[in-house]
Amino acid sequence: MKHIDEYRDGGLARAMAATIAREAISGRHYQFMEFCGGHTHAISRYGIEDLLPGNVQMVHGPGCPVCVLPVGRIDDAIRLAMRPEVTLCTYADLMRVPASAGTNLLKAKAAGADIRMVYSTLDAIRIAETEPDRQVVFFAIGFETTTPPTAVAIKLARKKRLGNFSVFCNHVLTPPAMRAILDSPDERAIRVDGFVGPAHVSTVTGTSPYESLAAEFAKPVVVAGFEPLDVVQAILMLIRQINEGRHDVENQYFRLVTTQGNRIAQREMEDVFELRPSFEWRGLGELPLSALRLRDIYADLDAERRFAIETVAAADNPACECGDVLRGLKKPAECKLFGTLCSPETPMGSCMVSPEGACAAHWTYGRFRDRTRTGASQGAT
Amino acid sequence: MSTLRLRTRRLDLRNGLIDMSHGAGGRASAQLIDEIFRAAFNNPLLNRGDDQAAFDVAAGRMVISTDGYVISPLFFPGGDIGSLAVHGTINDLAMAGARPLHLAAGYIIEEGFPLGDLQRIAQSMARAARDAGVAIVTGDTKVVERGKGDGVFITTTGIGVVPPSLDLSADRPRPGDQVILSGCIGDHGVAVMSKRNNLSFETDILSDSAALHGLVAEMVRAAAGSLRVMRDPTRGGLAAALNEVAQQSGTGFVIEEDQIPVRAEVAAACELLGLDPLYVASEGKLVAIVAPEAADILVAAMRAHPLGRDAARIGQVIADEQCFVQMTTSFGGGRIVDWLAGEQLPRIC
Repeated sequence: MKHIDEYRDGGLARAMAATIAREAISGRHYQFMEFCGGHTHAISRYGIEDLLPGNVQMVHGPGCPVCVLPVGRIDDAIRLAMRPEVTLCTYADLMRVPASAGTNLLKAKAAGADIRMVYSTLDAIRIAETEPDRQVVFFAIGFETTTPPTAVAIKLARKKRLGNFSVFCNHVLTPPAMRAILDSPDERAIRVDGFVGPAHVSTVTGTSPYESLAAEFAKPVVVAGFEPLDVVQAILMLIRQINEGRHDVENQYFRLVTTQGNRIAQREMEDVFELRPSFEWRGLGELPLSALRLRDIYADLDAERRFAIETVAAADNPACECGDVLRGLKKPAECKLFGTLCSPETPMGSCMVSPEGACAAHWTYGRFRDRTRTGASQGAT
Repeated sequence: MSTLRLRTRRLDLRNGLIDMSHGAGGRASAQLIDEIFRAAFNNPLLNRGDDQAAFDVAAGRMVISTDGYVISPLFFPGGDIGSLAVHGTINDLAMAGARPLHLAAGYIIEEGFPLGDLQRIAQSMARAARDAGVAIVTGDTKVVERGKGDGVFITTTGIGVVPPSLDLSADRPRPGDQVILSGCIGDHGVAVMSKRNNLSFETDILSDSAALHGLVAEMVRAAAGSLRVMRDPTRGGLAAALNEVAQQSGTGFVIEEDQIPVRAEVAAACELLGLDPLYVASEGKLVAIVAPEAADILVAAMRAHPLGRDAARIGQVIADEQCFVQMTTSFGGGRIVDWLAGEQLPRIC
């Protein structure tokens, strides 16, 4: 496949790995966080760890939209879906995310809730048009990548005067999460020497939002694509910055990302959404100015207002360590539920659900390494 | 199936629809069987019209296998539910090294299903069976009310005979054995996917649906004593097939991503849909585990057969009490090829 195979070339990968091994100063330990679940997935899927020297380590970040959605909001969605007049449209990733009391959307669907998996916001619009008797609610989640399509759907629904369509908005923003990692008051907080910065998010936002973070915390950020060579190259660029004492925002993904980003998409978001004062993230807790809600002029399309949703915060399973995994404090295999009670078939925590989740990625692709590292497997039984 | 000779108007195959009377066991049922199924399958055992087919048993070990087909859509590029129902069950027999003899077919048809489509399916089954040298010798039809089915569901049961020298079983692979794949994976899954209502995309990919017993016969001729086990990577794809064998044999696998043949179109479609070809179904491919000394002979024999032209050695069996299927990626790192969690593609067979 043209424009794909080039970025997965094994020969180039080996050459770049050799450069990394040469340039990573021995005796120095490099610890980078890949922010996005897409990067986590690529690292596991292509076995990138195997190409890195021992003193270059990757830590998984919180950039998995499904993973950071708190239990309370899934509970809200399930309550919505159980209303007889409501059809809840959702991306398939969310179906297995654990909610309170051992439920999830999949179980709610089996119990009779009208929940439909869609591939795009426009699918939800289409359902609202063809089934005027149903109250169609789109369960909107994700970072800046998926926000513009939601904005477009909201505008389209207004234009079409769709009285039976609304959006349950859970869109969140990347920079506040990055700040939360760097600014953590937790004394266990890990040292992050630099970030492999968001890929698709940055196509929308551009690289400029990371400038102030890089400067304030003196940490380099290299925005990188999701192909494996993108990731390996970004790691090399980070190592070079560290070695040279720099902390710049660099753009490895320049084939798609610009400094200012996609102005049209930004304008669509700006038109439709405003900042929430605060929003709860799974793992990161309440973060100020970190999420979006519909502006008052679109209040009639806001499911939270239409159905008077009052989110009740709900606790994660106490044994689940997704919170620590999302902050890079623990590796998936260090959670005692990993591979025992928690697996992709029976996820206890959100990180085991989405293919972008750190636990799911490690379980699916990487758990064979656990025994070689520790001498005993912590994985499958 | 009882014989019936009545002067009734023939079925309206152009505009007619299945109604409840076609499943009630009366004249309409008999006429349906006569004009659609017996007309298509036409063979002495079926034509006898008994409720069962009776035949003499050959020497050797018999195998029997049954499979239900619920695919949506019923007609897809490269095949339909009928040909799939014949190939799928023949292949289940063939994976034991068997020569398939006879098939039985059961139909659950939804009220309102077009008679013309049913005839098309029956004729497709007949063609597939004839090409495979297997007869459909007995069957059953039931009709369910509108909304209680999805057009038509087919169950086929097959019996076959295994040559005396052959003993294939998933507990036989040993470390060092070689893993051979007969050709490109994922064609069927992608072809079906391309015709789904909510997902249709343009592609020239055809389902690879085919009966594999001819290829298997060549493999048995070339390497009978060295063959350990064979699987057809249908639902769950190559990943499921290898994980099943790993579990049953208590061994592990290491496969090489570079060696696994995938058509460029299939790889592109999977890329677009976010699928991994390792999990996408084939319906005319097999994976064989063979003793190392016979691997080259086996690959050569497979490549000489039209259904094994792209046969390749893709990896080997290793000792691993955790039964992991590991893969060296083209990129150079290692990963597991795990069981599929949840569903990747709904109702593709």
